[in-house]
Amino acid sequence: MININEVLETNKMIEKENLDVRTITLGISLMDCIDADLDRLNGKIYNKITTVAKDLVATGVAIEKEFGIPIVNKRISVTPIALIGGAACKTPEDFVTIAKTLDQARKDVSVNFLGGYSALVSKGMTKADELLLRSIPKALAETELVCSSVNLGSTKTGINMDAVRLMGDIIRETAELTKENDSIGCSKLVVFCNAPDDNPFMAGAFHGVTEADSIINVGVSGPGVVKTALEHVRGENFEVLCETIKKTAFKVTRVGQLVAQEASKRLGIPFGIVDLSLAPTPAIGDSVADILCEIGLEYAGAPGTTAALALLNDQVKKGGVMASSYVGGLSGAFIPVSEDQGMIDAVNAGALTLEKLEAMTCVCSVGLDMIAIPGDTKATTIAGIIADELAIGMVNQKTTAVRVIPVIGKTVGENAEFGGLLGHAPIMPVNRFSCDAFVNRGGRIPAPIHSFKN
Amino acid sequence: MKKTIITVVGKDTVGIIAKVCTYLADNKINILDISQTIVDDYFNMMMIADMSNAVKSVSEVSDDLDALGADIGVIIKCQREEIFNSMHRL
Repeated sequence: MININEVLETNKMIEKENLDVRTITLGISLMDCIDADLDRLNGKIYNKITTVAKDLVATGVAIEKEFGIPIVNKRISVTPIALIGGAACKTPEDFVTIAKTLDQARKDVSVNFLGGYSALVSKGMTKADELLLRSIPKALAETELVCSSVNLGSTKTGINMDAVRLMGDIIRETAELTKENDSIGCSKLVVFCNAPDDNPFMAGAFHGVTEADSIINVGVSGPGVVKTALEHVRGENFEVLCETIKKTAFKVTRVGQLVAQEASKRLGIPFGIVDLSLAPTPAIGDSVADILCEIGLEYAGAPGTTAALALLNDQVKKGGVMASSYVGGLSGAFIPVSEDQGMIDAVNAGALTLEKLEAMTCVCSVGLDMIAIPGDTKATTIAGIIADELAIGMVNQKTTAVRVIPVIGKTVGENAEFGGLLGHAPIMPVNRFSCDAFVNRGGRIPAPIHSFKN
Repeated sequence: MKKTIITVVGKDTVGIIAKVCTYLADNKINILDISQTIVDDYFNMMMIADMSNAVKSVSEVSDDLDALGADIGVIIKCQREEIFNSMHRL
């Protein structure tokens, strides 16, 4: 039988160390909504989302209460809209109407983010894909909580450099259209290499075409729990350090698995995966950077950071894999800047640069995330940053992503304020030398040699 | 059996257990086990209770105990046992 110390340990994790389930994300296929008539398409999308997701929030709240574990977000991901709107949309404005429908449906079922305003263009773009890409700035400016993602490359296909170049412009335009709010539109837009079909985390969540009609994916969290556990093993060797992380990750993930199964049972929707990511928030004590410091660094970004992050990421996976029947999504440690107070402190102290962050993304999940850059950064430079990051993903057969925010009207030394879970970010300097001739070449970078495994 | 774990944390004072037990009895909730400990001068109590015959749902009992705790000046939580089992048992 459970004893009092175990009960107190669990409740201490929840109350003092910010243990929570970060998100229950309901993936919904919109394939059966496809229609050549735009109004009918919008109607079908609205009806499908509001029908399938009608009990999502209430179910999440009930589980929270019965188990005493906070479930911070209840979210929805949908099939990439470029595929759904292809038959009906003839202009970018047509696609924007779908974004508005998604936002309305999201609002009416009370979920806080909906992802999937997306296109998969890792090898080439269809006409519909291009229209969707060009509609992104307006769609993000005119909706509240719809998220957009674009898969620009993969290990199997190489990198679509035409689309990378275009996204440089799209990110800038998105920033311009939301410049009144520190270019917040860009915080809802992420580009990927090797994007997973079952990611529950925003802004990159979409419901992949290989998925069932609807599915429950859960993202756990718990940087604070790992940090506290490591406080007890200060000065111990790497074996003890790694075992501690692994055991803690196991416990955290088991809670995610329980919540995922319970939500799946109550909603009558199959359980997909648990995403093992350590996801920080701007709250004090909920920071991945703080774990790196606890491992032994003065600040995130100090020499040793990449090695510390590599071992952290690996141990989180090793502990988490055994705790869940199906693991997927991004699964690793997130290192967003604006959403992690420890990262912000490291940037302000001059310990952490864009280049070091890029190195760190080689060994952990995702990539350059929630990084504010000067508002006058050129579109070609943004495309170059994206190309570098995607190359890391392509060659290392892992997911990488870029979510940078060129904050219009601001520059290095100033701060961007996004509010809530998105936090705030010091604007980081970007290498000022040009890559125009490189990104303007056009075409695509071929798939790397080790992609030919057949 | 529908097991829940009830925890009480706060400054020790007369009648905490009595009040919680009275509430549970009134609501047909059977206590299977009680243990307590003092951590950092705080009174920590845990009860394992069976709610099979309870008239109210776990959520309702949780709300009631929350209110009762506020009255006495302690924090009372009521959680389904599964969260602890999944975290601490293979």
